[in-house]
Amino acid sequence: MMTDNILEIRKLGVRFRTDTGITNALNDVNFDVPRGKVTAIVGESGSGKSVTANCIMRLLQPPGEIVSGSIQFNPSRTESFDVVAIGERDPRIYDLHGGLISMVFQEPMTALSPVYRVGNQVAEAILCHRDVSKDAAMVEAHDMLRRVGIPDIDTRIQMYPFEFSGGMRQRVVIAMALVCNPEVLICDEPTTALDVTIQAEILTLIKDLQEELSNSIIFITHDIGIVAQIADYVVVMYQGRVLEIGTVRQVLKDPLHPYTKGLLAAIPGNVPKNVRLSTIATAVGDADITTPFPLKEVGEGRLVSLP
Amino acid sequence: MLHYVIKRMGTMVLTLAFISVIVFVVIQLPPGDIVTSTLERMEASGMQASDEYVQNLRARYNLDKPLFLQYLNWIFNFVQGDLGYSYIYSKPVNELVWERLGYTLLITISAVIFTWVVAVPFGIYSAVRQYSIGDYFITVVALVGLATPNFLLALLVMFFAWEWFGISIGGLYSMEFRDQPFSIPKLFDLLSRLWIPGSVVGMGGTAVTMRILRANLLDELNKPYVVTARAKGVKPIKLIFKYPLRIAINPFISTLGLLLPTLISGEAIVSMVLNLPTTGRMLLQALLAQDMYLAGSFLMLLAILTVVGMLISDLVLAWSDPRIRYE
Repeated sequence: MMTDNILEIRKLGVRFRTDTGITNALNDVNFDVPRGKVTAIVGESGSGKSVTANCIMRLLQPPGEIVSGSIQFNPSRTESFDVVAIGERDPRIYDLHGGLISMVFQEPMTALSPVYRVGNQVAEAILCHRDVSKDAAMVEAHDMLRRVGIPDIDTRIQMYPFEFSGGMRQRVVIAMALVCNPEVLICDEPTTALDVTIQAEILTLIKDLQEELSNSIIFITHDIGIVAQIADYVVVMYQGRVLEIGTVRQVLKDPLHPYTKGLLAAIPGNVPKNVRLSTIATAVGDADITTPFPLKEVGEGRLVSLP
Repeated sequence: MLHYVIKRMGTMVLTLAFISVIVFVVIQLPPGDIVTSTLERMEASGMQASDEYVQNLRARYNLDKPLFLQYLNWIFNFVQGDLGYSYIYSKPVNELVWERLGYTLLITISAVIFTWVVAVPFGIYSAVRQYSIGDYFITVVALVGLATPNFLLALLVMFFAWEWFGISIGGLYSMEFRDQPFSIPKLFDLLSRLWIPGSVVGMGGTAVTMRILRANLLDELNKPYVVTARAKGVKPIKLIFKYPLRIAINPFISTLGLLLPTLISGEAIVSMVLNLPTTGRMLLQALLAQDMYLAGSFLMLLAILTVVGMLISDLVLAWSDPRIRYE
C-alpha cells in the first residue's frame, strides 16, 4: 500500500562543528509531509527550520553534518529512498536538486546570478534534468515565466535579474523551481524580504500553482499570519526540536505546547518591535520549554512534546 | 555603447595631449641636454670642443629654438609616425623601438599565459578546499613566490640551468641562431626558450593572482545565487566555473589593461640579468643619457598604451558583466 506521506523524517540529528565547539542544530526531529498538501514549519530564528530544509535537499554544507536519522522520500515518479543514506556521488542527488524537490529561497535580490539572462537561468534548470535542446528548454522557460505572471515576457526573458524588482525576481525564482515540476517544493521564507503587497501576491501565486500542479509544499516561515493563510499542516520548531504537530486549525485554535501559545500571542499588532519576544516569554511563563520531551500522540496526526 | 566608446576616445585624445606636454617638460627638466653630455664625454677623453662646434651641434638637434617650437616640432612628427632621432644610437627611434616592443610583447604574453595557466587552477583549488593540506601547501609556495624578487629568480634559474644541464639560458635565442636572419627554425628556437623569461617574469604575478582569486572566490562561493544554482541541479565543477568564478574573475579583467604599459617599463632588471632585448633597459639608458627623442617616444608610448589598455579593460569588463554595461 502506498503511503500518503511524501516525506517521513525520523530522528534527524544535525550538528555544526566549529572552532568554538559543537552546536546541535537538530535533535531527534520527527515529522511527516503529507502528499499534495502544504506543511508549514514555524519557529523563530535558529530553531532549525532552514537546516531541516537543507537536509531534505542534501544541500547541507560543512561544517554542518547529518549525524543520525533518516528522511524517507516517497516520490510517485520513482522508487522511494532514504535521502540521508545515499552517497555524495549518487546520481539521485540531482533528483533532489531541482528535479523531484526544489527550493525557493528567502533573498530574491541575490538568489539569481547577475551575469546571466533570466530566461537562460530558468532554462538551465530544465537542461540539468532533462535531455532536451536549448531551444526547447527556452520555450518551456518562456511558458513557465508566463505562468508565474511575468508581464511582457518576450522582452523580459532577455533581461538580467538586476533589471527586475524584488517581487519579479521572486517570480523568476519560483518559475525556476517549478519548471521541472518537482513533487516537493520547499519555500524557505520566500516572502520575508518583500513588502506586504508583494508578499500577498507571491503567496497567492504559490497557492494557485500548488492547486494547479498538486505538488507538496513545505513552507518555512515565522509569520503566523502566513501560516493561517496557506498551510494545511503545521510543525512548530524550537531550538532544533519539534514541539508540536497538527493541522493548521488544531494548532492555531487549540495550541497545546506553551511555546506555541507564546508564539501565537506574539502575532505582531500595534506594538514596538522589541516587545514581541518578551510577549513569548510572558505567555510561556514558568512552563518548561527547553527540556526535550519526546513527541507523544494526543490525537490522529496530533503530536506534542510535553511531559 | 558606441556613443560611450566615442566619448572615451575623445577624452583619451585630450588626456594624451596633456601628457605629451608633461612628458616633454619632464625630459627637459634635468640640467643640461644631449649636447652637454656629449661634451662631457669628449672632455673625459681629452678632446676640446670649439664654441662653433657646440653651436652647430645645438642647431643640428634644434636645441637652439624656443622650447614650445621644439615641442610642436616633436609632437607633429610624432603623430605622423616619425618618432625622432636617437643620439646615443645614432639611429631613427622608429628603427629601435618596434623590434624591442615586439619582443617585450612576446615575453609579456608568455608571462601572462604562465600566470593564468598556473594561478587559476591552483587558486580555485585553494578556495574550494579551503584550509586543506593542499590549500596550505599552495599558500606557502605562493608566498615564497611573492617574496622572491624576479631578478633573483632569474639568477637562480640561470645558475642551475648551467650547473645541472650545462646550458646557457640568457638571451632569447640559442647561440647558433643568435646572428642569423629570421627563419622558421629560429622561430621554434625562440618559442622553446620563451618559457624561461615568461615564467620568471610571471612568477610574482602568479602568486598575487592566485591569492586574490582565492579570496574573491571564497567571497562568492557561499553567495545565495550559488546555492540556488546548486539547488536547481547544476553539477559541482560546472557550478564553480559558471557561477562564482565568473564573478570572481572580474577584478582581473579590470587590471588586464594595466599589463600594456608594463610592455615599456616592466622588468628592466630581469631583462638585464637574462640579457633580453626588451624595452625596459633601453628606456633606462635613454633617460640616463638624456636622449630626449628616444626617452620621449617611450614615455609617450607608455601613456598611449596605458589609456588604450584601460579602455580595452573597461570594454571587456562591460562585455563580461552586464551590470556595468547597463549603468
